[in-house]
Amino acid sequence: MGMRKVAVIGAGMTKFVRRALETPKELAWQASHMALQSCELTMDDIEAVCLGTAPDSFDGIHMNGEYLSDGSGGWNKPYMRSYVGGGTGVFVPIQGWYHVASGLFDVVLVVAEEKMSSYYPHAQAAFLTIFDHTTERPLKPNLLWIFALEMNRYMTTYGISKEDIARVSVQHKRNAAHHPAALLGDAEITVEDVLKSEVLAWPVQRLDVSPVSDGAVAIVLAAEHVAKRLTDKPVWIEGVGWHLDTSYWTNRDLAYPRYVEYAARMAYEMAGIREPRKEIHIAEPYDPFDYKALHHLEGLQLAERGQAVQMYIDGTAGRNGDLPICPSGGLLGVGNPIAAAGLMKVAELFWQLRGEAGERQVPGRPRRGLAQAWGDLMQVGTVVIMGR
Amino acid sequence: MDRVAIAGVGWAGYRPSTPEVSYKELTYQAAVKAYADAGIDPRRDVQSFVTVAEDFLEGTSIFDEYTPDQLGAALKPMQTIAGDGLHGLATACMLVNTGQYDMVVVEGHSKASNVLTLPEITAYAQDPVLNRPLRLNSDFIAGLEMNRYLFESGTTLEQCAQVVVKNRRNALDNPRAPYGADLTIDDVLNGLPRSWPLGEHEASRPADGAVVMVLCSENRLRSLACTPVWILGIGWSNGSASLESREWGELPYIQKAARMAYNQLGISSPRSVVDFAEIDDTYAYKELQTLEALGLCSPGEAGILTEEGYTAPDGELPVNLSGGSLGMGQLFDATGLARTLEAVLQLRGEAGKNQIPEVVIGLVQSWRGVPTTSGAVAILGN
Repeated sequence: MGMRKVAVIGAGMTKFVRRALETPKELAWQASHMALQSCELTMDDIEAVCLGTAPDSFDGIHMNGEYLSDGSGGWNKPYMRSYVGGGTGVFVPIQGWYHVASGLFDVVLVVAEEKMSSYYPHAQAAFLTIFDHTTERPLKPNLLWIFALEMNRYMTTYGISKEDIARVSVQHKRNAAHHPAALLGDAEITVEDVLKSEVLAWPVQRLDVSPVSDGAVAIVLAAEHVAKRLTDKPVWIEGVGWHLDTSYWTNRDLAYPRYVEYAARMAYEMAGIREPRKEIHIAEPYDPFDYKALHHLEGLQLAERGQAVQMYIDGTAGRNGDLPICPSGGLLGVGNPIAAAGLMKVAELFWQLRGEAGERQVPGRPRRGLAQAWGDLMQVGTVVIMGR
Repeated sequence: MDRVAIAGVGWAGYRPSTPEVSYKELTYQAAVKAYADAGIDPRRDVQSFVTVAEDFLEGTSIFDEYTPDQLGAALKPMQTIAGDGLHGLATACMLVNTGQYDMVVVEGHSKASNVLTLPEITAYAQDPVLNRPLRLNSDFIAGLEMNRYLFESGTTLEQCAQVVVKNRRNALDNPRAPYGADLTIDDVLNGLPRSWPLGEHEASRPADGAVVMVLCSENRLRSLACTPVWILGIGWSNGSASLESREWGELPYIQKAARMAYNQLGISSPRSVVDFAEIDDTYAYKELQTLEALGLCSPGEAGILTEEGYTAPDGELPVNLSGGSLGMGQLFDATGLARTLEAVLQLRGEAGKNQIPEVVIGLVQSWRGVPTTSGAVAILGN
């Protein structure tokens, strides 16, 4: 069976902020409205809606997808919410892709929303119940601790210094200074600032971590025959991949994300990519923590194991480098409303590949980009490859 | 949409409580049966896995973390859909129809007996600003809807009670149904009111259980030695999320989901086509309201037809031969899969005492419960 080609034809996003005054529904509506306006469509043109939002506990609503349905445009339409934890933001466009690629729908709205500030006093507490109720919860682990374990393992395995890892945070936050929707853009930040920030759970310091945020992002997907009618600049979804590893995360070697590698290989195979380092021109790896961007670049086969940091040292990863990494500013700079942050990366590729990224535009008319998210208990990788 | 085959089914339960097994063990039992039924190895043959689940019912935030191992899905493309089992099947159908994945597994489970505060959890699905301060219980909202439906359709309390009598009698013949009973209409009507006019016997009670299904493309099926049941059409839709701006007497989202499924089969009227139906009876009146929304009878007609035995096992259109949710228990998001399982067994001729002769087409429908307006419809054939 010949597969239907699917294009991204529109995108919109709210500002990412620490405490939005809007309700979750209103955030979802704002992003959806902008995405529809960007391609001059209305809800009447949309045949189905896909929603991504991470745990219900942030919004504090059981069946949060049902609550968000009208804000996301799901009223009177086939509407479904998919869910792979932190990987959701890059999974929900995959969900939109299979809605269209299956032939069931021609035009689909994909929305990702997260409002973490509803969780009072801090969204960290929502993560206390993500652990196994028998073997782990009695130890009262929190999310920062397990990132600290993983970061330490990564640093120790490859002999990478905190100074070098801090470069990632610096570059992403500097990139975000040019993003109009960013929460933590900072053109002046230095490695020194990162190393002097408060220690949260060693080796993780405050500026190694992305902020808790509220926000929403939406994109519009269309089948080839519709996309060509609606825009001169469709951006095609060329490959998708996702993999979820075992729940027993403590049995994994945390130095290397095999699940990201498998997800990437699935997407490369679909896109016909044999040499990703040559054939991918922009990458938006998931960067909730600075070391995570490095970890994921290695899983994505865009760097040798333990060598990703060299891309930041030699300038390859810079906006004007050979393989710009997170030109948006990433989660570290733009902010991290979980599911919305992943879809923000896909929206960034859409704008970059169309040459519409304004001050953030990478030079050289990039042809192909990759967005990736990660989630759960060091467990899930989701990958989307887009090209023009 | 190209039709998709259900190549294997497995189940565990259903029972009011299952203290000796965890939800993972329950799901594993169902998965092993489904894989044996289809004659496949999940590690070798399955390209993608789908679970349907909601965090709060599982008591775990980011529940999708715990979905892969019991299915043999670790380090595989696995996703969770926060929807009913029929949404999961729809997802599998879409994945197969992309042409990229020729075999997909769908899983749903309920471990409701673990939930200590079920009414509080379901009430937590209400709008936190507009509705939650009113402290509305889910059954209370169902009572409001029932009252409106009775008013608009002219359906009587006795007709609703007849649904309970029929479904719980059907459950006596279903080995998977824990709530079988031989009741009379008076027994039902004399029960305590739950939220008037809704009586205590008219609300389904929770149960534990798991259902796993193996779906594949027509091509892939050729290399399997199993009897397929086909998903010929599948549709889903949402209505208004807010209590304040929805229809209360009718179910426009079920009408819409049904139309989507019927269109895939190219049928305009399901009445002449459908041989039996497994539809929502979370509350007894829902079965009647849903029959009308599905176009299986005219508005206001469902109660009368039920009284006349039209939906009885020996009637023209047997409805909920399995015993439905009133007889099998409320399995939450596993409900759509549990009903599909019953339809698969009917279409294979393996429904035991509940088997009806000469079945070709079955209809399955589900609703996600109060306060949602989320529903799905699937048409199956052998």
